[in-house]
Amino acid sequence: MYAFFAFVAGLVFGIGLLVSGMINPAKVLGFLDLAGRWDPSLALVMVGAIAIGVVGFVIAGRRATTVLGTPMLLPTARTIDRRLIVGGAVFGIGWGLAGFCPGPAVAALGAGHLKALVFVAAMVAGMLAFEWIEGLRARSTSTDRLEPGAGGTSE
Amino acid sequence: MSIDWTAFTPWSALAGGAIIGLAATLFALFNGRVTGISGIVGGLLRPSLPDAPWRAAFLAGLIVAPIVYRLVAGAPNLTIDANYPTLVVAGLLVGIGTRYGSGCTSGHGVCGLSRLSPRSLVATLAFMSAGFATVFATRHILA
Repeated sequence: MYAFFAFVAGLVFGIGLLVSGMINPAKVLGFLDLAGRWDPSLALVMVGAIAIGVVGFVIAGRRATTVLGTPMLLPTARTIDRRLIVGGAVFGIGWGLAGFCPGPAVAALGAGHLKALVFVAAMVAGMLAFEWIEGLRARSTSTDRLEPGAGGTSE
Repeated sequence: MSIDWTAFTPWSALAGGAIIGLAATLFALFNGRVTGISGIVGGLLRPSLPDAPWRAAFLAGLIVAPIVYRLVAGAPNLTIDANYPTLVVAGLLVGIGTRYGSGCTSGHGVCGLSRLSPRSLVATLAFMSAGFATVFATRHILA
């Protein structure tokens, strides 16, 4: 049941990316190109998503368990550190180069685009590189605490 | 700055955004998690996880979405202008950056801002600024 609802959430999320046009890298780049002919659509996608999301997360935040009776596992990290900012900036550079972020890229696989597959393969390779580097770092500083975010829940 | 009125799609953007917000709401209420795509993919790459099935199920839903959409509304607009080397570099940066920064447009942008998380606001400002700067560089300085 848990996995079924995850499937439904993924499907609805993907439909949202399609209806909003955000699955299209050309449209995303049109938003990121402030100095060119600017397409503000992505900002309104955020407005629509957050307007509904605020309500959803207020309701979820008041519950100790999910509708299915499983534990609430919303993130608890509050640290604002170099990792957060540098990681965000590195992601933003990649986003600006291709117009793809993880959600639309994975969804575009279902639209049968070879270029999306190449992007997702490289993205997974980047994530594996991160795991490998974190593993090396954890071993070399095994007496230290793990940095926040290294093993915790991610957003 | 000049607005491209022919490309601007305010109503479908708002409607699609609301559907994304609905998906995040469903996932929070039924699965108790934030809808962070980079986290969902990244978690699959760690060995021996009991939560691999729901991660795979979520991603399957995401991949099936264009197939369902096509049946109802026809083929979506999807133009990928980047060449293959650029896609590889961009993918690597997105993969490393989202894991290092613990989130992407969905986890920090949509869910984090909906949860009024200062941490996600900082992350969103970081990737938005870098995205704007990168497109400025590639389209107006290097091009």
